[in-house]
Amino acid sequence: MILYDAHHVAPAYAVRLLAGFLGLPLELQGMDVYPGHDDRSDEFLALNPLGTLPVLVDGDTVFTDWQEILAHLALAHGPDWYPATDPALVGWLGIARDLAASAGAARLMQTFCVPGDLAEAKAQAERLLDEVERRMWFAERAGHGWLLAGTHPTIADIAAFVSIAPCEDGGLSLRDRPALRRWCDRVRFHPGFVPMSGVFPPMANT
Amino acid sequence: MSTIDPILWNDWHPVAETCTLLSGPPVETVLLGVPLVIAADADGAFHARRTDDVPLHQDERYGLVWVCLGTPERPVLAIPEADEPDRPAVTVGSIRVQTAGPRVIENFLDLGHLGYVHARYLGDDPHTQVLPYKVDALPEGGIIATGCKMFQPQASPAATEGFMVDYVYKVERPLATCLYKANPVHRDRFDVIFLFAQPVSEEESIAHPLLLCLPDGTTAADLRTFQQLIFMQDKPILENQVPKRLPLADGAELPIAADKSSVAYRRWLSKIGMTYGVIPAQARAA
Ligand SMILES: [Fe+2]
Repeated sequence: MILYDAHHVAPAYAVRLLAGFLGLPLELQGMDVYPGHDDRSDEFLALNPLGTLPVLVDGDTVFTDWQEILAHLALAHGPDWYPATDPALVGWLGIARDLAASAGAARLMQTFCVPGDLAEAKAQAERLLDEVERRMWFAERAGHGWLLAGTHPTIADIAAFVSIAPCEDGGLSLRDRPALRRWCDRVRFHPGFVPMSGVFPPMANT
Repeated sequence: MSTIDPILWNDWHPVAETCTLLSGPPVETVLLGVPLVIAADADGAFHARRTDDVPLHQDERYGLVWVCLGTPERPVLAIPEADEPDRPAVTVGSIRVQTAGPRVIENFLDLGHLGYVHARYLGDDPHTQVLPYKVDALPEGGIIATGCKMFQPQASPAATEGFMVDYVYKVERPLATCLYKANPVHRDRFDVIFLFAQPVSEEESIAHPLLLCLPDGTTAADLRTFQQLIFMQDKPILENQVPKRLPLADGAELPIAADKSSVAYRRWLSKIGMTYGVIPAQARAA
């Protein structure tokens, strides 16, 4: 499996993270999307007309949507990560996409000088982080550790984690969101975890 | 006349990468509190201007657009290695950091953090010990640290094994630093890595790393990825340092042996009378 990848791109990190948890080998095809623009090359646009990362090539199939890639890998290699009978999975993946468009976008603006409305992105991210914090706080009270009810993390946890864990790079904070901090630690301590710069491995904070 | 620190006001600062401008929209940025727009025209020439249209000085070197807002007293920093034909200049991109420029430079000089912040790359337990090294003043101003050694598991993308890496660090201008480190393939020659801190405000900067590496099979894209990975590990550490401006008073923060170059850097800034992005020694004593 070939993953068209850039280290700092959060949706690409989501795929590397799930592959780590599943113990799947990925052949990483590093793309210079910043400050270069490999994602705008004719060659890459032929593969993915939308020009977004990551792209997964698995055999003859090309996947160009990061959440679809997570779903594909989970269905093929770790069904526990994809509880298809729980409708909440759809809701959480939607929230994760909204987090990518707000907290994730704020990170790209604040750290990588990507143009955009930083104040609006941060305001939207604050609302979402408050809501995820609220739900996680009650989930913990009910004895759950993950976004979906159950004892096993899912691709929803991964999809949200990659925007929430590095949110300080977007000028956001988990300081007053203790349930989210505990949830981030549970992800970080899950066997097979791989870091991204700005998202520390478990040892670094101890 | 600006009331901003003349040392920085009259010096050159990088404000954009030319590769970003050539393939994208104009870059909006801020230098010393002054909003700028930098664009490439149809002929590939670069134009920097203040949004209030007050004239400025501009230059283009090493894949970067440089601006001086005041009266330049000297040219953009000369980098002799950039003229060596087998060393392409590779810019790494603009990375914003919510801290003062001198903090960014000081962190770059710090050998002590390599084994912790960059564990498994630029250092590792149990090889975190910093061996004694020498710090001297440069004749034209600035400081040089020589004889630095660090065991590095993954010194650069081309390294296939850990080895004891020799380093030399230099600070030639208040917000420009560089290091020379042994190349894993050409161990008798050095890779050169520069770091420029563009002062956005007293407490915010944009880091512009620049690589002048020897050909060792690593692509420009791999070099960029590796350097971004390393710098993004530094960023949260830098942003959690308090205060954001660098204190210059001796003993303001506990010095340890590994901090020798940091102490020398702070003393030099103090000696030349730098005021922007720092807490001057007398201000603290008062
Ligand atoms: Fe560092």
